[in-house]
Amino acid sequence: MTAKYSKDHEWVIVENGIATIGITNHAQEQLGDVVFIELPAIGKKVAAHEQAAVVESVKAASEVYVPVSGEVVEVNKELEGDPALVNRDAESGAWFMKVKLSNPAELDELMDKPAYDKLVNG
Amino acid sequence: MKLGARMVPFAGYDMPVQYPAGIIAEHNWTRQSAGLFDVSHMGQCLLEGADFETVAKAMEALVPADVLSLKPHQQRYSQFLNEEGGTLDDLMITRHVKDGTLYVVVNAGRKEHDYGWMQKHLAEGVKLTRRDDLSLVALQGPKGEEALAKLAPAVKDIAFMHYADVEIGGISARVSRSGYTGEDGFEISVSSADASKLWDLLLSDPLVKPVGLGARDSLRLEGGLCLYGHELDEAISPVEADLVWSIQKRRRTEGGFIGAARVQKELAEGAARKRVGIKPEGRAPARDGTVVTDAAGREIGKITSGGFGPSVGGPVAMGYVDTASAAPGTKINLIVRGQPLPAEIVTLPFIPNRFKR
Repeated sequence: MTAKYSKDHEWVIVENGIATIGITNHAQEQLGDVVFIELPAIGKKVAAHEQAAVVESVKAASEVYVPVSGEVVEVNKELEGDPALVNRDAESGAWFMKVKLSNPAELDELMDKPAYDKLVNG
Repeated sequence: MKLGARMVPFAGYDMPVQYPAGIIAEHNWTRQSAGLFDVSHMGQCLLEGADFETVAKAMEALVPADVLSLKPHQQRYSQFLNEEGGTLDDLMITRHVKDGTLYVVVNAGRKEHDYGWMQKHLAEGVKLTRRDDLSLVALQGPKGEEALAKLAPAVKDIAFMHYADVEIGGISARVSRSGYTGEDGFEISVSSADASKLWDLLLSDPLVKPVGLGARDSLRLEGGLCLYGHELDEAISPVEADLVWSIQKRRRTEGGFIGAARVQKELAEGAARKRVGIKPEGRAPARDGTVVTDAAGREIGKITSGGFGPSVGGPVAMGYVDTASAAPGTKINLIVRGQPLPAEIVTLPFIPNRFKR
């Protein structure tokens, strides 16, 4: 499936009931240099709109919310050693976590790319 | 996630957090070459009295620094203290070449307070004049001298913590060898009418790039320098803040400034808490407000500034801890998002100051 976007600047791509989640390129541009990322534990149950990760840029810490509910089945270990990957490749290589969906209907609340672009660019 | 703005309100002004290069690039450029900072929002003013002794004595009643011993063109860092010895602001005091005149620079967010404080407490016969018609830029970094000397060769001869009146590309400027990054550099005061021309002129040199508030903060944090509202506030004394170096010997002995009782008591007996450098062991930054505990989990203080130090290549912080736990090498924990992160008390600054003495 193609990516869907939340108003909180996360993206989601679902394949076989597993959602890969990251933050948008617009979000990384606004954050600036990312220096640390805290990822959830594997097996953690998350609810939509709940905080699941933390991104620290030079200037501040920002909470990352999951746009969908489910169980964390994988996290991107590469981000721990190279948090700046988010600045280089936010919407692909710098994914944060994979979540096994418990309520796929939540995906319907998310935006497609044109709608998200309109949100951030006005 | 919630996204902050690139332009942020700072002391009532909209200021860029970063320019397109980004905080880390701006920070590193300042350490390697020369960064240009717009600090026009700071409060510049003049104090004038019948002669130098009159105005210096009037100022000494308000600050712990030795003002009387300033030579013409020389400047000192000091603080305004309240009656309880807490810090109202920190400031720079310069002996103007014109007799009976001090040039004073205070923080943007405190200037209205400070002007009122000075009006109230300065001796009669000393006149305070706000210089809101002036702008201030800082050129900081090891190549600042080279860049500025191309336009005004005389700046090479300005000693650390001194100023000279020079012309920069036809603009009359007051240039002091000072700054707040831990690097050699200059602070340049000009008429606001000339400020954007000066800014563009300095940026036309490839050695110079603009630097925003974000890198300004990471540079001064690595340099172990206090920021008002973080390391300094109305409850914190200059002894606790480890600013005893800024209180010259005569003033320590004689006192005679607002807040002297507490300062002298703490000089004699020691302060209960102390400003320290804090180095988290992992990669997670610990921000302002983070609770500090000792190895046994007892709360011993708080972080007042914390973030990522680009030159250190990892997280850095400053804060206050109980004096008993303030020795460099002391193992502590920082409570970040409910979890204790191991850290250590370290000597400040994180990056050695490279002032030109």
